[in-house]
Amino acid sequence: MNRRVIKVDQLARVEGEGSLYVKVNDGQVADVKLRIFEPPRFFEAFLRGRKFSEAPDITARICGICPVAYQMSSVQAMEDALGVTVDGQLAALRRLLYCGEWIESHVLHIYMLHAPDFLGYEDALMLARDMPDVVNRALAMKKIGNDIVALLGGREIHPINVRVGGWYRLPRIDELTTLVDRLRWGLDQAIATVKLVAGFEFPDFDVEYEFVALRHPDEYPMIGGKIVSSSGLDISIREYEFHFEERHLAHSNALHGYERGHGRYAVGPLARFNLNFDRLSPLARQVAADVNLRPVVRNPFKSIIVRAVETVYAYEEAIRIITEYEPPQKASIDIEPRAGVGCGASEAPRGMLYHRYRLADDGLIRDAKIVPPTAQNQPTIEEDVRLFVTKFMDLPREQLTWKCEQTVRNYDPCISCATHFVRLDME
Amino acid sequence: MNGRDNGDVTLLIGVGNEFRDDDALGICVVREVKRRNPGFSKILEASGEGSALIEAWNGVDRVIIVDAVFSGKDPGAVYRFDASAQEVPRGLFHYSSHAFGVAEAIEVARRLGKLPRHLLLFGIEGKAFGTGVGLSDPVVKSIPELIAMIEEEIHPVHAV
Repeated sequence: MNRRVIKVDQLARVEGEGSLYVKVNDGQVADVKLRIFEPPRFFEAFLRGRKFSEAPDITARICGICPVAYQMSSVQAMEDALGVTVDGQLAALRRLLYCGEWIESHVLHIYMLHAPDFLGYEDALMLARDMPDVVNRALAMKKIGNDIVALLGGREIHPINVRVGGWYRLPRIDELTTLVDRLRWGLDQAIATVKLVAGFEFPDFDVEYEFVALRHPDEYPMIGGKIVSSSGLDISIREYEFHFEERHLAHSNALHGYERGHGRYAVGPLARFNLNFDRLSPLARQVAADVNLRPVVRNPFKSIIVRAVETVYAYEEAIRIITEYEPPQKASIDIEPRAGVGCGASEAPRGMLYHRYRLADDGLIRDAKIVPPTAQNQPTIEEDVRLFVTKFMDLPREQLTWKCEQTVRNYDPCISCATHFVRLDME
Repeated sequence: MNGRDNGDVTLLIGVGNEFRDDDALGICVVREVKRRNPGFSKILEASGEGSALIEAWNGVDRVIIVDAVFSGKDPGAVYRFDASAQEVPRGLFHYSSHAFGVAEAIEVARRLGKLPRHLLLFGIEGKAFGTGVGLSDPVVKSIPELIAMIEEEIHPVHAV
Protein backbone atom coordinates (compact mmCIF):
# COMPACT_ATOMS: atom_id res chain seq x y z
CA MET A 1 0.00 0.00 0.00
CA ASN A 2 1.30 3.44 -0.89
CA ARG A 3 0.96 5.76 2.06
CA ARG A 4 2.07 9.33 2.35
CA VAL A 5 1.95 11.53 5.36
CA ILE A 6 2.40 15.27 5.25
CA LYS A 7 3.25 16.82 8.57
CA VAL A 8 3.68 20.43 9.45
CA ASP A 9 5.33 20.33 12.82
CA GLN A 10 4.49 22.50 15.69
CA LEU A 11 6.43 25.59 16.46
CA ALA A 12 5.74 27.82 19.41
CA ARG A 13 4.77 31.26 18.30
CA VAL A 14 3.20 34.23 19.92
CA GLU A 15 0.18 34.58 17.70
CA GLY A 16 -0.51 30.90 17.97
CA GLU A 17 1.02 27.66 17.11
CA GLY A 18 -0.22 24.92 14.93
CA SER A 19 0.48 21.85 12.94
CA LEU A 20 -0.96 20.18 9.90
CA TYR A 21 -1.21 16.46 9.34
CA VAL A 22 -2.34 14.87 6.09
CA LYS A 23 -2.52 11.12 5.54
CA VAL A 24 -2.86 9.59 2.08
CA ASN A 25 -3.65 5.90 1.55
CA ASP A 26 -3.76 4.42 -1.97
CA GLY A 27 -4.47 7.70 -3.68
CA GLN A 28 -7.16 8.69 -1.19
CA VAL A 29 -6.82 11.36 1.44
CA ALA A 30 -7.57 9.42 4.58
CA ASP A 31 -7.16 12.14 7.15
CA VAL A 32 -6.51 15.86 7.49
CA LYS A 33 -5.92 17.39 10.87
CA LEU A 34 -5.10 21.00 11.43
CA ARG A 35 -4.14 21.55 15.02
CA ILE A 36 -4.34 25.07 16.24
CA PHE A 37 -3.72 26.60 19.55
CA GLU A 38 -6.49 28.88 20.65
CA PRO A 39 -6.08 31.58 23.27
CA PRO A 40 -9.73 32.77 23.54
CA ARG A 41 -10.72 29.90 25.89
CA PHE A 42 -8.26 31.25 28.44
CA PHE A 43 -9.53 34.77 27.99
CA GLU A 44 -13.16 33.75 28.41
CA ALA A 45 -12.26 32.44 31.86
CA PHE A 46 -9.94 35.35 32.63
CA LEU A 47 -12.71 37.88 31.92
CA ARG A 48 -15.14 36.46 34.47
CA GLY A 49 -15.47 38.80 37.43
CA ARG A 50 -13.77 41.70 35.62
CA LYS A 51 -15.43 45.05 35.02
CA PHE A 52 -17.31 45.52 31.74
CA SER A 53 -14.98 48.42 30.95
CA GLU A 54 -11.92 46.17 31.05
CA ALA A 55 -13.00 43.86 28.21
CA PRO A 56 -11.70 45.96 25.29
CA ASP A 57 -8.18 46.25 26.65
CA ILE A 58 -7.95 42.66 27.89
CA THR A 59 -9.29 41.07 24.71
CA ALA A 60 -6.98 43.28 22.62
CA ARG A 61 -4.15 41.14 24.00
CA ILE A 62 -5.47 37.99 22.37
CA CYS A 63 -3.80 38.83 19.08
CA GLY A 64 -0.86 41.07 18.27
CA ILE A 65 -2.01 41.38 14.66
CA CYS A 66 -5.68 42.20 15.15
CA PRO A 67 -6.18 43.83 18.56
CA VAL A 68 -8.62 46.35 17.06
CA ALA A 69 -10.96 43.56 15.94
CA TYR A 70 -11.14 42.24 19.50
CA GLN A 71 -11.76 45.73 20.83
CA MET A 72 -14.46 46.49 18.29
CA SER A 73 -16.38 43.26 18.86
CA SER A 74 -16.11 43.62 22.63
CA VAL A 75 -17.24 47.27 22.88
CA GLN A 76 -20.12 46.52 20.58
CA ALA A 77 -21.24 43.56 22.71
CA MET A 78 -20.88 45.60 25.91
CA GLU A 79 -22.83 48.50 24.47
CA ASP A 80 -25.53 46.05 23.41
CA ALA A 81 -25.68 44.67 26.96
CA LEU A 82 -25.76 48.16 28.49
CA GLY A 83 -28.35 49.52 26.08
CA VAL A 84 -26.32 52.30 24.50
CA THR A 85 -25.63 53.05 20.87
CA VAL A 86 -22.43 54.69 19.69
CA ASP A 87 -23.03 56.38 16.37
CA GLY A 88 -22.14 59.47 14.34
CA GLN A 89 -18.54 60.64 14.45
CA LEU A 90 -17.66 58.43 17.43
CA ALA A 91 -18.59 55.40 15.31
CA ALA A 92 -16.87 56.84 12.23
CA LEU A 93 -13.62 57.09 14.20
CA ARG A 94 -13.94 53.44 15.19
CA ARG A 95 -14.30 52.60 11.52
CA LEU A 96 -11.20 54.66 10.80
CA LEU A 97 -9.29 52.73 13.47
CA TYR A 98 -10.47 49.49 11.86
CA CYS A 99 -9.27 50.74 8.44
CA GLY A 100 -5.84 51.14 10.04
CA GLU A 101 -5.87 47.54 11.19
CA TRP A 102 -7.07 46.21 7.84
CA ILE A 103 -4.24 48.10 6.12
CA GLU A 104 -1.62 46.79 8.56
CA SER A 105 -2.82 43.22 8.55
CA HIS A 106 -3.62 42.89 4.85
CA VAL A 107 -0.37 44.48 3.68
CA LEU A 108 1.59 42.25 6.06
CA HIS A 109 -0.13 39.13 4.83
CA ILE A 110 -0.06 40.03 1.13
CA TYR A 111 3.61 40.97 0.94
CA MET A 112 5.39 39.24 3.81
CA LEU A 113 3.52 35.98 4.15
CA HIS A 114 1.58 35.19 0.99
CA ALA A 115 3.42 36.79 -1.93
CA PRO A 116 6.63 34.81 -1.33
CA ASP A 117 4.58 31.64 -1.99
CA PHE A 118 3.48 32.88 -5.39
CA LEU A 119 6.84 34.35 -6.34
CA GLY A 120 8.64 31.14 -5.46
CA TYR A 121 10.53 32.55 -2.50
CA GLU A 122 10.98 30.59 0.64
CA ASP A 123 10.24 33.62 2.77
CA ALA A 124 10.14 37.41 2.99
CA LEU A 125 13.89 37.40 3.56
CA MET A 126 14.59 36.11 0.11
CA LEU A 127 12.05 38.56 -1.26
CA ALA A 128 13.86 41.41 0.50
CA ARG A 129 17.16 40.27 -1.01
CA ASP A 130 15.88 40.10 -4.59
CA MET A 131 13.12 42.70 -4.58
CA PRO A 132 14.02 45.30 -1.94
CA ASP A 133 11.80 47.93 -3.58
CA VAL A 134 8.74 45.72 -3.17
CA VAL A 135 9.46 45.08 0.50
CA ASN A 136 10.21 48.75 1.13
CA ARG A 137 6.92 49.66 -0.49
CA ALA A 138 5.10 47.15 1.69
CA LEU A 139 6.69 48.51 4.85
CA ALA A 140 5.74 52.07 3.92
CA MET A 141 2.17 51.04 3.04
CA LYS A 142 1.81 49.21 6.31
CA LYS A 143 3.24 52.05 8.35
CA ILE A 144 0.30 54.25 7.38
CA GLY A 145 -2.01 51.68 8.96
CA ASN A 146 0.20 51.57 12.06
CA ASP A 147 0.08 55.36 12.30
CA ILE A 148 -3.74 55.37 12.21
CA VAL A 149 -3.82 52.75 14.96
CA ALA A 150 -1.19 54.63 17.00
CA LEU A 151 -3.04 57.94 16.67
CA LEU A 152 -6.53 56.66 17.47
CA GLY A 153 -5.59 53.72 19.63
CA GLY A 154 -3.14 55.63 21.78
CA ARG A 155 -0.30 53.34 20.82
CA GLU A 156 0.54 50.93 18.02
CA ILE A 157 0.49 47.68 19.90
CA HIS A 158 -2.59 46.83 21.92
CA PRO A 159 -4.44 50.12 21.55
CA ILE A 160 -5.82 51.50 24.81
CA ASN A 161 -7.90 54.49 23.77
CA VAL A 162 -11.12 52.66 22.87
CA ARG A 163 -13.71 52.53 25.65
CA VAL A 164 -17.18 51.16 26.05
CA GLY A 165 -19.36 54.12 25.04
CA GLY A 166 -16.79 55.78 22.77
CA TRP A 167 -13.22 56.91 23.33
CA TYR A 168 -10.98 58.14 26.14
CA ARG A 169 -9.46 60.87 23.99
CA LEU A 170 -10.56 62.23 20.65
CA PRO A 171 -8.03 63.09 17.95
CA ARG A 172 -7.66 66.69 16.81
CA ILE A 173 -8.56 67.48 13.23
CA ASP A 174 -4.99 68.48 12.38
CA GLU A 175 -3.67 65.15 13.73
CA LEU A 176 -5.97 63.37 11.31
CA THR A 177 -5.48 65.58 8.27
CA THR A 178 -1.71 65.12 8.36
CA LEU A 179 -2.38 61.51 7.39
CA VAL A 180 -4.30 62.32 4.21
CA ASP A 181 -1.42 62.84 1.77
CA ARG A 182 0.17 59.56 2.82
CA LEU A 183 -3.17 57.79 2.61
CA ARG A 184 -3.51 59.04 -0.98
CA TRP A 185 -0.04 57.67 -1.72
CA GLY A 186 -1.07 54.40 -0.05
CA LEU A 187 -4.21 54.25 -2.14
CA ASP A 188 -2.14 54.46 -5.34
CA GLN A 189 0.20 51.76 -4.03
CA ALA A 190 -2.75 49.56 -3.11
CA ILE A 191 -4.14 49.85 -6.64
CA ALA A 192 -0.70 48.86 -7.95
CA THR A 193 -0.73 45.96 -5.46
CA VAL A 194 -4.01 44.65 -6.90
CA LYS A 195 -2.44 44.63 -10.36
CA LEU A 196 0.73 42.95 -9.08
CA VAL A 197 -0.96 40.11 -7.22
CA ALA A 198 -3.63 39.55 -9.88
CA GLY A 199 -0.73 38.69 -12.19
CA PHE A 200 0.35 35.78 -10.02
CA GLU A 201 -0.28 32.25 -11.19
CA PHE A 202 -3.21 30.58 -9.44
CA PRO A 203 -3.89 26.87 -9.28
CA ASP A 204 -7.09 25.74 -10.97
CA PHE A 205 -8.95 25.16 -7.71
CA ASP A 206 -12.52 26.32 -7.19
CA VAL A 207 -14.43 25.19 -4.12
CA GLU A 208 -18.12 25.41 -3.26
CA TYR A 209 -18.32 27.36 -0.04
CA GLU A 210 -20.97 28.52 2.34
CA PHE A 211 -19.73 32.07 2.85
CA VAL A 212 -20.69 33.95 6.00
CA ALA A 213 -20.07 37.65 6.61
CA LEU A 214 -21.55 40.72 8.18
CA ARG A 215 -23.70 42.96 6.03
CA HIS A 216 -24.36 46.59 6.76
CA PRO A 217 -27.19 48.68 5.23
CA ASP A 218 -24.83 51.02 3.42
CA GLU A 219 -21.21 50.21 4.20
CA TYR A 220 -18.75 47.49 3.33
CA PRO A 221 -18.85 45.46 6.54
CA MET A 222 -16.47 46.20 9.39
CA ILE A 223 -18.44 46.78 12.59
CA GLY A 224 -21.92 45.44 13.25
CA GLY A 225 -24.77 44.93 10.80
CA LYS A 226 -26.50 41.65 10.14
CA ILE A 227 -25.04 38.21 9.53
CA VAL A 228 -25.70 36.86 6.05
CA SER A 229 -24.63 33.77 4.15
CA SER A 230 -24.45 32.63 0.55
CA SER A 231 -27.26 30.12 1.20
CA GLY A 232 -29.59 32.94 2.20
CA LEU A 233 -29.17 33.20 5.97
CA ASP A 234 -30.04 36.71 7.13
CA ILE A 235 -30.03 37.12 10.92
CA SER A 236 -29.21 39.63 13.61
CA ILE A 237 -25.93 39.27 15.50
CA ARG A 238 -27.97 38.32 18.59
CA GLU A 239 -29.21 35.24 16.74
CA TYR A 240 -25.69 34.00 15.95
CA GLU A 241 -25.65 31.20 18.50
CA PHE A 242 -29.01 29.88 17.32
CA HIS A 243 -27.50 29.25 13.90
CA PHE A 244 -23.85 28.55 14.60
CA GLU A 245 -22.19 26.24 17.06
CA GLU A 246 -18.70 25.30 18.13
CA ARG A 247 -17.69 21.68 18.44
CA HIS A 248 -14.74 20.30 20.26
CA LEU A 249 -12.75 17.76 18.24
CA ALA A 250 -10.13 15.65 19.93
CA HIS A 251 -7.27 16.55 17.59
CA SER A 252 -7.37 20.27 18.17
CA ASN A 253 -7.56 22.39 21.24
CA ALA A 254 -9.50 24.94 19.19
CA LEU A 255 -13.24 24.66 18.85
CA HIS A 256 -14.47 24.14 15.30
CA GLY A 257 -17.25 26.35 13.96
CA TYR A 258 -20.27 24.86 12.21
CA GLU A 259 -23.47 26.34 10.85
CA ARG A 260 -26.41 24.34 12.17
CA GLY A 261 -28.07 22.35 9.42
CA HIS A 262 -25.32 23.32 7.00
CA GLY A 263 -21.91 22.30 8.28
CA ARG A 264 -18.64 24.04 7.62
CA TYR A 265 -18.55 27.61 6.38
CA ALA A 266 -16.01 30.24 5.41
CA VAL A 267 -15.45 33.70 6.85
CA GLY A 268 -12.89 36.26 5.70
CA PRO A 269 -12.07 38.35 2.65
CA LEU A 270 -13.71 36.02 0.08
CA ALA A 271 -16.93 35.88 2.13
CA ARG A 272 -17.02 39.64 2.59
CA PHE A 273 -16.27 40.34 -1.06
CA ASN A 274 -18.77 37.83 -2.42
CA LEU A 275 -21.58 38.88 -0.09
CA ASN A 276 -20.92 42.62 -0.08
CA PHE A 277 -19.49 43.46 -3.51
CA ASP A 278 -22.26 46.06 -3.95
CA ARG A 279 -21.10 47.81 -0.76
CA LEU A 280 -17.56 48.41 -2.01
CA SER A 281 -16.73 51.89 -3.27
CA PRO A 282 -17.02 52.47 -7.05
CA LEU A 283 -13.22 52.73 -7.22
CA ALA A 284 -12.65 49.42 -5.40
CA ARG A 285 -15.21 47.73 -7.64
CA GLN A 286 -13.53 49.20 -10.71
CA VAL A 287 -10.07 48.12 -9.59
CA ALA A 288 -11.44 44.60 -9.06
CA ALA A 289 -13.17 44.59 -12.44
CA ASP A 290 -9.94 45.72 -14.12
CA VAL A 291 -8.33 42.44 -13.06
CA ASN A 292 -11.47 40.41 -13.81
CA LEU A 293 -12.26 39.82 -10.17
CA ARG A 294 -15.99 39.59 -9.67
CA PRO A 295 -18.24 37.69 -7.30
CA VAL A 296 -18.45 34.82 -6.81
CA VAL A 297 -14.73 34.20 -6.23
CA ARG A 298 -14.40 30.53 -5.24
CA ASN A 299 -10.66 30.05 -5.59
CA PRO A 300 -9.20 30.46 -2.08
CA PHE A 301 -5.75 31.24 -3.52
CA LYS A 302 -7.27 34.40 -4.99
CA SER A 303 -7.91 35.69 -1.49
CA ILE A 304 -4.65 37.57 -1.97
CA ILE A 305 -6.29 39.69 -4.70
CA VAL A 306 -9.38 40.25 -2.57
CA ARG A 307 -7.17 41.39 0.32
CA ALA A 308 -5.51 43.85 -2.05
CA VAL A 309 -8.93 45.18 -3.18
CA GLU A 310 -9.98 45.53 0.45
CA THR A 311 -6.75 47.42 1.09
CA VAL A 312 -7.69 49.86 -1.68
CA TYR A 313 -11.06 50.25 0.01
CA ALA A 314 -9.53 50.75 3.46
CA TYR A 315 -7.26 53.59 2.29
CA GLU A 316 -10.14 55.23 0.45
CA GLU A 317 -12.51 54.84 3.38
CA ALA A 318 -9.91 56.28 5.77
CA ILE A 319 -9.55 59.36 3.55
CA ARG A 320 -13.35 59.74 3.41
CA ILE A 321 -13.77 59.50 7.18
CA ILE A 322 -10.98 62.01 7.87
CA THR A 323 -12.28 64.43 5.25
CA GLU A 324 -15.79 64.32 6.72
CA TYR A 325 -14.67 64.40 10.35
CA GLU A 326 -16.29 66.91 12.69
CA PRO A 327 -15.17 66.59 16.30
CA PRO A 328 -18.03 65.44 18.51
CA GLN A 329 -18.90 67.33 21.70
CA LYS A 330 -18.01 64.42 23.94
CA ALA A 331 -15.52 61.60 23.62
CA SER A 332 -17.93 59.05 25.02
CA ILE A 333 -21.46 58.38 26.13
CA ASP A 334 -22.12 58.11 29.88
CA ILE A 335 -22.83 54.56 30.94
CA GLU A 336 -24.59 53.15 33.98
CA PRO A 337 -23.73 49.54 34.75
CA ARG A 338 -26.66 47.17 34.65
CA ALA A 339 -27.36 43.48 34.25
CA GLY A 340 -27.76 42.22 30.72
CA VAL A 341 -26.53 40.12 27.85
CA GLY A 342 -24.95 41.67 24.79
CA CYS A 343 -23.57 40.41 21.49
CA GLY A 344 -21.19 42.02 19.06
CA ALA A 345 -19.52 41.07 15.81
CA SER A 346 -17.02 42.76 13.58
CA GLU A 347 -14.97 41.83 10.55
CA ALA A 348 -11.41 41.11 11.62
CA PRO A 349 -9.05 41.12 8.63
CA ARG A 350 -9.28 37.30 8.65
CA GLY A 351 -13.06 37.12 9.14
CA MET A 352 -16.01 37.63 11.42
CA LEU A 353 -15.26 37.79 15.14
CA TYR A 354 -18.16 37.24 17.55
CA HIS A 355 -18.29 38.22 21.24
CA ARG A 356 -21.04 37.70 23.81
CA TYR A 357 -21.00 38.89 27.42
CA ARG A 358 -23.36 38.49 30.34
CA LEU A 359 -23.12 41.22 32.96
CA ALA A 360 -24.29 41.32 36.55
CA ASP A 361 -26.09 44.43 37.80
CA ASP A 362 -22.83 45.87 39.14
CA GLY A 363 -21.34 45.70 35.64
CA LEU A 364 -19.06 42.74 36.38
CA ILE A 365 -18.68 40.12 33.67
CA ARG A 366 -20.50 36.89 34.56
CA ASP A 367 -19.45 35.03 31.47
CA ALA A 368 -17.90 35.64 28.08
CA LYS A 369 -17.90 33.90 24.75
CA ILE A 370 -15.44 34.67 21.99
CA VAL A 371 -15.57 33.00 18.58
CA PRO A 372 -12.52 33.95 16.50
CA PRO A 373 -12.47 33.73 12.72
CA THR A 374 -9.79 31.06 12.56
CA ALA A 375 -11.88 28.65 14.66
CA GLN A 376 -14.82 29.21 12.32
CA ASN A 377 -12.64 28.58 9.28
CA GLN A 378 -10.89 25.52 10.63
CA PRO A 379 -13.21 22.85 9.17
CA THR A 380 -13.12 24.70 5.84
CA ILE A 381 -9.33 24.89 5.84
CA GLU A 382 -9.11 21.15 6.50
CA GLU A 383 -11.56 20.48 3.67
CA ASP A 384 -9.56 22.71 1.30
CA VAL A 385 -6.40 20.75 2.14
CA ARG A 386 -8.26 17.47 1.54
CA LEU A 387 -9.57 18.65 -1.83
CA PHE A 388 -6.24 20.11 -2.84
CA VAL A 389 -4.22 17.02 -2.03
CA THR A 390 -6.83 14.86 -3.78
CA LYS A 391 -6.61 16.96 -6.93
CA PHE A 392 -2.86 17.52 -6.99
CA MET A 393 -1.70 14.21 -5.51
CA ASP A 394 0.86 13.73 -8.31
CA LEU A 395 2.86 16.81 -7.50
CA PRO A 396 6.39 16.14 -6.22
CA ARG A 397 6.42 15.74 -2.46
CA GLU A 398 8.19 18.99 -1.70
CA GLN A 399 5.89 21.00 -3.91
CA LEU A 400 2.76 19.37 -2.53
CA THR A 401 3.90 20.08 1.01
CA TRP A 402 4.51 23.72 0.18
CA LYS A 403 1.12 23.94 -1.51
CA CYS A 404 -0.53 22.49 1.58
CA GLU A 405 0.99 25.24 3.65
CA GLN A 406 -0.14 27.77 1.12
CA THR A 407 -3.66 26.33 1.26
CA VAL A 408 -3.67 27.02 5.00
CA ARG A 409 -2.13 30.46 4.49
CA ASN A 410 -4.95 31.43 2.13
CA TYR A 411 -6.98 31.99 5.28
CA ASP A 412 -4.38 34.18 6.98
CA PRO A 413 -4.94 32.20 10.16
CA CYS A 414 -3.28 33.28 13.36
CA ILE A 415 -1.19 30.13 12.99
CA SER A 416 0.24 31.17 9.63
CA CYS A 417 3.48 31.76 11.42
CA ALA A 418 3.85 28.09 12.26
CA THR A 419 3.08 26.52 8.95
CA HIS A 420 6.48 26.45 7.40
CA PHE A 421 7.85 23.65 9.48
CA VAL A 422 6.76 20.87 7.24
CA ARG A 423 7.78 17.32 6.72
CA LEU A 424 6.35 15.04 4.11
CA ASP A 425 6.90 11.43 5.11
CA MET A 426 6.45 8.40 2.94
CA GLU A 427 5.33 5.44 5.01
CA MET B 1 14.03 61.90 19.26
CA ASN B 2 12.38 62.23 22.60
CA GLY B 3 11.02 65.14 24.62
CA ARG B 4 12.77 64.05 27.78
CA ASP B 5 16.08 63.04 26.44
CA ASN B 6 18.45 62.24 29.26
CA GLY B 7 21.30 61.36 27.04
CA ASP B 8 19.84 57.97 26.19
CA VAL B 9 20.76 56.85 22.78
CA THR B 10 19.67 53.28 23.37
CA LEU B 11 16.14 52.15 22.58
CA LEU B 12 15.07 49.24 24.75
CA ILE B 13 12.31 47.11 23.23
CA GLY B 14 10.51 44.42 25.22
CA VAL B 15 8.79 41.86 23.04
CA GLY B 16 6.06 39.52 24.20
CA ASN B 17 2.54 38.93 25.42
CA GLU B 18 1.62 39.23 29.08
CA PHE B 19 -1.00 36.52 28.76
CA ARG B 20 1.22 33.84 27.28
CA ASP B 21 3.18 32.60 30.28
CA ASP B 22 6.93 33.01 29.74
CA ASP B 23 6.35 34.95 26.56
CA ALA B 24 5.72 37.89 28.90
CA LEU B 25 9.42 37.95 29.73
CA GLY B 26 10.38 40.83 27.41
CA ILE B 27 7.55 43.01 28.68
CA CYS B 28 8.28 42.26 32.37
CA VAL B 29 12.00 42.90 31.99
CA VAL B 30 11.72 46.28 30.28
CA ARG B 31 9.19 47.42 32.88
CA GLU B 32 11.58 46.41 35.63
CA VAL B 33 14.51 48.16 33.92
CA LYS B 34 12.36 51.28 33.68
CA ARG B 35 11.41 51.05 37.35
CA ARG B 36 15.04 50.70 38.39
CA ASN B 37 16.28 53.41 36.00
CA PRO B 38 13.67 56.19 36.03
CA GLY B 39 15.82 58.42 33.84
CA PHE B 40 15.98 55.86 31.09
CA SER B 41 13.04 56.85 28.99
CA LYS B 42 13.38 55.09 25.69
CA ILE B 43 11.43 51.95 26.33
CA LEU B 44 8.93 50.32 24.05
CA GLU B 45 6.68 47.32 24.54
CA ALA B 46 5.98 45.36 21.36
CA SER B 47 4.11 42.25 20.30
CA GLY B 48 7.00 41.09 18.14
CA GLU B 49 5.33 41.74 14.80
CA GLY B 50 8.37 42.36 12.64
CA SER B 51 7.50 45.30 10.46
CA ALA B 52 6.48 47.33 13.50
CA LEU B 53 9.93 46.65 14.95
CA ILE B 54 11.64 47.87 11.78
CA GLU B 55 9.65 51.10 12.10
CA ALA B 56 10.37 51.41 15.80
CA TRP B 57 14.14 51.33 15.40
CA ASN B 58 14.18 53.54 12.32
CA GLY B 59 16.75 56.28 12.90
CA VAL B 60 17.97 54.83 16.20
CA ASP B 61 21.63 53.99 16.53
CA ARG B 62 21.59 51.57 19.45
CA VAL B 63 18.80 49.10 20.08
CA ILE B 64 18.38 46.39 22.67
CA ILE B 65 15.61 43.83 22.25
CA VAL B 66 14.48 41.57 25.06
CA ASP B 67 12.44 38.52 24.20
CA ALA B 68 11.69 35.04 25.45
CA VAL B 69 13.60 32.26 23.73
CA PHE B 70 12.24 28.90 22.66
CA SER B 71 15.10 26.83 21.34
CA GLY B 72 14.88 23.58 23.29
CA LYS B 73 17.62 24.37 25.80
CA ASP B 74 17.14 24.34 29.56
CA PRO B 75 14.60 26.88 30.76
CA GLY B 76 16.31 29.78 32.44
CA ALA B 77 19.32 29.86 30.09
CA VAL B 78 20.31 33.48 29.45
CA TYR B 79 21.17 34.69 25.97
CA ARG B 80 23.04 37.69 24.67
CA PHE B 81 23.31 37.95 20.95
CA ASP B 82 24.96 40.67 18.89
CA ALA B 83 22.69 40.90 15.86
CA SER B 84 24.74 43.67 14.27
CA ALA B 85 27.67 41.29 14.04
CA GLN B 86 26.01 38.13 12.82
CA GLU B 87 22.85 36.60 11.47
CA VAL B 88 20.25 35.55 14.02
CA PRO B 89 20.14 31.76 14.08
CA ARG B 90 16.95 30.01 13.17
CA GLY B 91 15.10 28.68 16.17
CA LEU B 92 15.94 31.61 18.38
CA PHE B 93 13.60 34.47 19.08
CA HIS B 94 10.49 33.17 17.37
CA TYR B 95 12.13 32.72 14.05
CA SER B 96 9.87 31.10 11.51
CA SER B 97 10.28 31.68 7.84
CA HIS B 98 6.63 32.42 7.26
CA ALA B 99 6.05 34.56 10.24
CA PHE B 100 7.36 38.01 10.34
CA GLY B 101 8.80 38.05 13.81
CA VAL B 102 11.79 39.43 15.63
CA ALA B 103 14.53 37.46 13.92
CA GLU B 104 13.02 37.84 10.50
CA ALA B 105 12.57 41.58 10.97
CA ILE B 106 16.27 41.81 11.82
CA GLU B 107 17.33 39.86 8.76
CA VAL B 108 14.98 41.70 6.40
CA ALA B 109 16.18 45.01 7.83
CA ARG B 110 19.79 43.89 7.31
CA ARG B 111 19.09 43.24 3.64
CA LEU B 112 17.27 46.55 3.23
CA GLY B 113 19.97 48.54 5.02
CA LYS B 114 17.54 49.39 7.81
CA LEU B 115 19.39 47.76 10.68
CA PRO B 116 20.56 49.92 13.62
CA ARG B 117 24.33 50.15 13.87
CA HIS B 118 24.24 48.37 17.22
CA LEU B 119 21.58 45.78 17.86
CA LEU B 120 21.71 43.46 20.84
CA LEU B 121 19.24 40.71 21.59
CA PHE B 122 18.76 39.53 25.14
CA GLY B 123 16.60 36.65 26.21
CA ILE B 124 15.89 33.83 28.58
CA GLU B 125 14.89 30.36 27.52
CA GLY B 126 11.25 29.97 28.48
CA LYS B 127 9.51 26.91 29.83
CA ALA B 128 5.84 27.52 29.15
CA PHE B 129 4.26 29.30 26.21
CA GLY B 130 0.62 28.49 26.75
CA THR B 131 -1.94 30.90 28.05
CA GLY B 132 -1.56 32.27 31.52
CA VAL B 133 -0.26 35.15 33.53
CA GLY B 134 3.08 34.82 35.29
CA LEU B 135 6.58 33.60 34.54
CA SER B 136 7.88 30.14 35.39
CA ASP B 137 10.42 29.70 38.19
CA PRO B 138 13.54 29.05 36.09
CA VAL B 139 12.83 32.22 34.11
CA VAL B 140 12.20 34.32 37.22
CA LYS B 141 15.49 33.09 38.72
CA SER B 142 17.45 34.26 35.69
CA ILE B 143 15.90 37.71 35.45
CA PRO B 144 18.35 39.51 37.82
CA GLU B 145 21.29 38.25 35.75
CA LEU B 146 19.61 39.40 32.56
CA ILE B 147 18.79 42.82 33.96
CA ALA B 148 22.37 43.27 35.15
CA MET B 149 23.57 42.49 31.62
CA ILE B 150 21.13 44.97 30.11
CA GLU B 151 22.04 47.70 32.60
CA GLU B 152 25.69 47.22 31.78
CA GLU B 153 24.81 48.07 28.21
CA ILE B 154 22.70 51.12 28.99
CA HIS B 155 24.64 52.67 31.89
CA PRO B 156 27.85 53.63 30.12
CA VAL B 157 25.68 55.53 27.71
CA HIS B 158 24.01 57.33 30.60
CA ALA B 159 27.36 58.47 31.84
CA VAL B 160 28.26 60.17 28.56
